[in-house]
Amino acid sequence: MAIIEENPGYKWVGTRPIRPDGLEKVTGKAQFGADLMLPGMLFGKVVRSPHAHARIVSIDTAAAEAMVGVKAVITGSDFPDLAANGAHASDIDVANNAIAREKVLYEGHVVAAVAATTREQAEAAAKAVEVTYEILPHVLTVDEAMAEGAPLLHEGMITKGVDPAPEEPSNIASKILHERGDLDQGFGEADVVVEREFTTKPVHQGYIEPHAAVADANTDGRAHIWCSSQGHFQMRAYSATVLGVSPGTLKVTAAEIGGGFGGKTVIYLEPLAVRLSQRAGRPVKLVMDRDEVFRATGPTSGTRIRVKMGVSKDGKITAAEVWMAYEAGAYSGSPVGAAGMTAIACYDIPNFVVEGYDVVCNKPRVAAYRAPGAPMAAFAVESVLDELARDIGMDPIDIRLANAAVEGTQASYGPKFPRIGFVETLEAIKDHPNYTAELGPNQGRGVAAGFWFNAGMMSSATVHINENGTATVVTGSPDIGGSRQSMALMAAEELGISYESIKAVVADTETVGFNDVTGGSRVTLATGAAVVDACRLIVEDLRARAAKTWDVEVDQVEWVDGQAQHVDGSQPPLSLGDLAAKSGRTGGPISANASLNSRGVGAGFSTQLCDVEVDPETGVTRVVRYLTAQDAGRAISPDYVEGQMQGGVVQGIGWALNEEYIHDQDGVMENPSFLDYRIPVASDLPMIDCAIVEVPNPAHPYGVRGVGEVGIVPPMAAVGNAINDAIDVRMTDLPMSPVRILEALTEQRD
Amino acid sequence: MARTHITAVVNGDETEFLTEDGTSLLNALRDEVGLTGAKEGCGTGDCGTCSVMIDGKVTTSCLVFAPEAQGATILTVEGLADSGQLHPLQQCFLEGAALQCGICTPGFLIAAKALLDKNPDPTETEIRYALAGNLCRCTGYDKIVRAVQEAAREMRGQ
Repeated sequence: MAIIEENPGYKWVGTRPIRPDGLEKVTGKAQFGADLMLPGMLFGKVVRSPHAHARIVSIDTAAAEAMVGVKAVITGSDFPDLAANGAHASDIDVANNAIAREKVLYEGHVVAAVAATTREQAEAAAKAVEVTYEILPHVLTVDEAMAEGAPLLHEGMITKGVDPAPEEPSNIASKILHERGDLDQGFGEADVVVEREFTTKPVHQGYIEPHAAVADANTDGRAHIWCSSQGHFQMRAYSATVLGVSPGTLKVTAAEIGGGFGGKTVIYLEPLAVRLSQRAGRPVKLVMDRDEVFRATGPTSGTRIRVKMGVSKDGKITAAEVWMAYEAGAYSGSPVGAAGMTAIACYDIPNFVVEGYDVVCNKPRVAAYRAPGAPMAAFAVESVLDELARDIGMDPIDIRLANAAVEGTQASYGPKFPRIGFVETLEAIKDHPNYTAELGPNQGRGVAAGFWFNAGMMSSATVHINENGTATVVTGSPDIGGSRQSMALMAAEELGISYESIKAVVADTETVGFNDVTGGSRVTLATGAAVVDACRLIVEDLRARAAKTWDVEVDQVEWVDGQAQHVDGSQPPLSLGDLAAKSGRTGGPISANASLNSRGVGAGFSTQLCDVEVDPETGVTRVVRYLTAQDAGRAISPDYVEGQMQGGVVQGIGWALNEEYIHDQDGVMENPSFLDYRIPVASDLPMIDCAIVEVPNPAHPYGVRGVGEVGIVPPMAAVGNAINDAIDVRMTDLPMSPVRILEALTEQRD
Repeated sequence: MARTHITAVVNGDETEFLTEDGTSLLNALRDEVGLTGAKEGCGTGDCGTCSVMIDGKVTTSCLVFAPEAQGATILTVEGLADSGQLHPLQQCFLEGAALQCGICTPGFLIAAKALLDKNPDPTETEIRYALAGNLCRCTGYDKIVRAVQEAAREMRGQ
């Protein structure tokens, strides 16, 4: 592990204790979304469109309603018509994606839902709902959707970001543009120019827990929702919008969440479960089958990306031109914006144009997936950079060092970088023994880098001191990968008490202040900052209580190692336990809240090194060695920082080598199962070596940078560059599956 | 519909439950017996999240009909700890941070136990193949494989 700056004497931060929620998870007690059972609970089932694009002519629910055990059947008409109510366009899209009104826009789009006494009855009733469709022509890719005369998903869609605005509607929702300098001059200064075109397919977040929600509605309009989500406050807001109620009428409890990676920041089942519960007068559980997860929840975009870059002989990038089109699925909102901001953000490039298009098509609406948008752009840019390095005979780390963004570099997306650790990640790779390890026959080595933001956003935390001096730390950020441990570690450090004496919990929407979603690598950063703020308020309060006890001024009291000490040692110290036991005499219970909108975001960088072996007979690529170096700012919880790094890499390896959505000509997904959509398994992989780099984020009390996402940005290019090194074939289309490798090898021979 | 009465030994206890013929053992364990440690991740036997041991063999319980469990001895994750004492695998998963979201953990623990019952000193490759039927999307498997290695060492008394 490469620690760049020494740990400044922390007692708890940076240690590896057992996570607070671990015991429940190894004993089967942890309650995930589908585990809740309520008395009288009904089972729901959703009815989905078999067509990629169709007008709903009619829905006949009579037969389903008449079936044994069926208690409720709902369709789009059971929800308010937001378009007719003049709602915001993005809210209308959320509602129409939750349940279709006039048109279905992808195979799997919800058209109705039922609730019945048993699963079997619900499944039978769902099949008995009769929907009549008028099938419409569909478009599945950016190429089809952007073609002249393409069938339109949304007849009123006028491309945003183009001046003057186009007169005719299209499937292009928006255009983004970043530019600097003079492209012609930049390419004129280059000694070598490489231009390549890349494609990537939609891939799914692949969380192992399918979406699940339980709703229990009361007759007075209030309802309680339990769901597997990355943000129960966001689920409350979206559900209230779709149901047409005030958010305060909904209480949302975040169940333990079985993976999300961005895909559980959107609603699917929650408002349906509430409406079914209201209609039936009973609690209702809705759980997706795996094929529903694939067909109807957010993959990330398929893309087409062109990259042209030029370098001088000394390795300086003189110009970059990037054109990209990202599938949004059925409604606008692909991550092309973030892709445009991140595509070349690792480098200081004087002349560039980055142009991107958000394109709707008849596939499920894309959802966030770990560093949304950045991995595909990085695949393209980092592949071209690899080729440029080869052409000028330069080491792949050295060419990146020659162009690396550093503190003060004007980022390609606008602001100047504060202190960042990109160079340190490059050096960590170069210094690691893997960089010079011997390669065998048919083996190759690839390097790639990546950049991703940390979202800051809004968080709240409450800290309670219990009567014996232990503490409860309450946040509203669902813990998706060990964040309760980070919260407890930071609180232990602040309060000066042991990690074991702190319990960190995630509270429901009525028990803690507002928290934005667990996403954007923000929880340890922003919710952690709220915990630190709340702890510091507690310490101030404790010092005041000690001063009162000793009848001295508060500035005579210091808080050291979990106890109040008089500066001149004239009083026996008061421990947190002492002060807590006597809190009734010094002002009552000891508790503090902190809420913030975090501005202290720190940019995250990762550089990765991949060794592969390609079997020229079968085209199978095997990753034989992998090293990831990432700037964590400060690793509060190194175990789970490594976990995020390793997990991101392995998802990227799946994306690189195997994962893709496959649709037939009718727009029906052909591989909606873990058998046919194969994510990496243990036997596909080596150990994933980690180098945690710590270049503290100056804007965070402990220097934290979010670590959840950037790890998935470099792997596709790292694998592709390694394949190129092994077999001298530049792969430009993902996934780099055995079939594609064999095709490329055949082409090379011919 | 008439329901079938099933008797099985579940986690050491004689257990009776009623089930419909088409119900999976997984759903019977979860809905009728109240053991929700085994999860449904796919329903098609591809993810291993529902893994339990039936008569000593690791099995995806979503692919077993509940009536097939008549007379069987079943071990779920809830039965892994002995009188409150964690199994070495559970302890090593905790200490080695071998879980992130934790949804796949019950299945991995069962699959790993089945491996170590047969092979107390597996190689890394043997561990990786024994766990290849269990999907984890969070960890990249690194810390899971290490936790199984560590548990195997402890169980061998090393």
